Amino acid sequence: MNNLLEVNEVSKNFGDFKALNKVSIIVPKGSIFGLLGPNGAGKTTLIRVINQITIPDHGKVRLDGELLNPIHIKDIGYLPEERGLYKSMKVGEQALYLAQLKGLSKAEAKTRLKYWFDRLEIGDWWNKKIQELSKGMAQKIQFVVTVLHQPKLLIFDEPFSGFDPINANLIKDEILRLREEGATVIFSTHRMESVEELCDDIALIHKSNKILEGKLIDIKRDYKINTYEVGIRTNNKEILEQELASKFDVSEANFKTLEDELKLNIKLSETNRPNDLLSYLTSKGEISHFVELIPSVNDIFIQTVKNN
Amino acid sequence: MNHLPLIIKREYLTKVKNKSFIVMTILSPIIMIALVAIVAYLSQLNNDKVRTISVLDESGLVQDIFKNSEKTTYHILENMSLEDAKSISKETGSYGLLHVDKLDAVESTSKHIKFYSEETPSLTLISSLESKLEKTLTNIKLQRQGIDIDLINASKIRIDIAQESFEGEKTSKLDSFARLGFGIAAGYLLFMFIIIYGNMIMRSVIEEKTSRIIEVIISSVKPMQLMLGKIIGTSLAGITQFVIWMIFGGLLMTVVSLVIGINLFDSTTPQQELMQLATEEGGFNFYFESFKTALQNLPLMNLIIAFILFFISGYLLYSSLYAAIGAAVDNETDTQQFLLPIMMPLILAVYIGIFTVIEDPHGTVSTVFSFIPFTSPVVMLMRIPFGVPLWQQLVSLLILVGTFIFTVWFAAKIYRVGILMYGKKPSYKELIKWIKY
Repeated sequence: MNNLLEVNEVSKNFGDFKALNKVSIIVPKGSIFGLLGPNGAGKTTLIRVINQITIPDHGKVRLDGELLNPIHIKDIGYLPEERGLYKSMKVGEQALYLAQLKGLSKAEAKTRLKYWFDRLEIGDWWNKKIQELSKGMAQKIQFVVTVLHQPKLLIFDEPFSGFDPINANLIKDEILRLREEGATVIFSTHRMESVEELCDDIALIHKSNKILEGKLIDIKRDYKINTYEVGIRTNNKEILEQELASKFDVSEANFKTLEDELKLNIKLSETNRPNDLLSYLTSKGEISHFVELIPSVNDIFIQTVKNN
Repeated sequence: MNHLPLIIKREYLTKVKNKSFIVMTILSPIIMIALVAIVAYLSQLNNDKVRTISVLDESGLVQDIFKNSEKTTYHILENMSLEDAKSISKETGSYGLLHVDKLDAVESTSKHIKFYSEETPSLTLISSLESKLEKTLTNIKLQRQGIDIDLINASKIRIDIAQESFEGEKTSKLDSFARLGFGIAAGYLLFMFIIIYGNMIMRSVIEEKTSRIIEVIISSVKPMQLMLGKIIGTSLAGITQFVIWMIFGGLLMTVVSLVIGINLFDSTTPQQELMQLATEEGGFNFYFESFKTALQNLPLMNLIIAFILFFISGYLLYSSLYAAIGAAVDNETDTQQFLLPIMMPLILAVYIGIFTVIEDPHGTVSTVFSFIPFTSPVVMLMRIPFGVPLWQQLVSLLILVGTFIFTVWFAAKIYRVGILMYGKKPSYKELIKWIKY
């Protein structure tokens, strides 16, 4: 079994509103899976189905080959977007309670909490109440509680919101380390740069339907536009630009250079090879910049959502 | 995985450790006892005052009947006009002046008897004067008609109807009082319990919503488990508080009555009347004996078992609704519109219990309402001391438990949807829709 989670044609209606329409996703074991989509697309509903909070109307969910059932609660760690802690309860008591709800024994939970609290340098918070802590501090505790029972599947919904850049980095490193140790991560966020940085696979949900899924690298290949960003030093920029425009699909480019170069985006047709373009350009002037334009997740997101 | 004990434990401990809960537990009996003590003390102060009443009897018929007592001194005025008498009683600081005019015929007396005073006189004073005058004047009239009063007194018969049920149990008037006392206490206790701890459950649900912890919890436990854990945990905290109140309150009551020297237990008037009623009928022993039989005549076993069953089912019925309301709203101010329909049957039950059950415990109204599930726990608990056939109790309990299972199911539906809804105040229509989710 190479897939940890298989969601098969899951549908969910709330009254007349269709929250999920036959959505299927496959999350490979050991991957970081980005679950993307505009607000209200149905991501949270899908995550709640995986957590058995919401029962789907149709469709099946398999975790590690088994149909989802209450035993799997201990195999999943979930950090919801709408999250909080009991305000008037002490940090330690609260963490112990939540860990026990996930099936850990009290003693085991205590040992592991000690380890994590030391690791994140929050050991002296044990007897503080949540209302005495800042938002970022409370978020750290929530992160610990989510991963404490060493679940196979970790689901993070906007995990970095509320963290300063230093702590966000710390949490990012912890997520990567957990993946190294064998956990699979589903990661839902609107921050495309984190998706770019972390995710191996992504799925895009829009208006209750899944409209895109696959390895991030494959998707990028599919979306490649055969366009090269070119910087070239020449004595007569206008003549060269006219000449290139007559041969290729040309648009203005914007990047930083040292000299006053001609900057262009050049889109090649199916028959043109980048090497041909390069050798043609070398005859025209001195090349300072030649880069293939790779579509960003951001571009892919916007383009796919607009086209649907 | 069964997390119910864990949830109950947390709910119980957070409730019991809560500062305001502790303060309430200790302060409430103190405040209650202090209030009772103050009221008792003040009314005693009032009673201790000795009143002087001037009497001007121009008829010459009644002045002999006014004998000084502990609390009232009579000042008899003679041979003066009404105006003089008024000014004299004013000067001497009398509470008032009773004026009996010359009486031609005893028939038209009431027109000729007046009480003058600075302030409106107390009702008890007036009625005691009235009864004194009535007795005397009636006797005088009887004499004038040529009737021998001694003969009448000798022919008077005192009746005290002995009561016995068909099964042969002896009962007395005190029985009814004891039964009423038990019934009202049980019904009222349930009513208070539902309101206080139902609200506490509701607030605890709202707290989980506003602190946004609910989704974390709900990914580990079933909403139904969480809801039941909350209800049971809070109820246990409630029982703890009640028991502390009883013990602490009882102790305080004893201490206070010893220290101040007021018998708080006796300061309530119905009891005093009962005492008088009993003592008149044959001394204190009689009172005590009939009180004992009254207690023995109560269907105690039935009462205790029925109390436990009806109390638990009635309480769970309402508290699950409170939990559902808590789940449906975002903050306490939005709860009003949903609380009203819950409070209505509850208040109705208490009123029906107090008014119709006293009147006729087995009448149509009280019987019908002791079967309707939302009023039955309170009304039935009030009826049972008067002896309700077992089949009626069982049918009522069955209906109640059936409804209770339905409301818990219904509440759980609303709960599981409501706890994940933020930011809008739902209408009843939406609540109905949630059930289908």
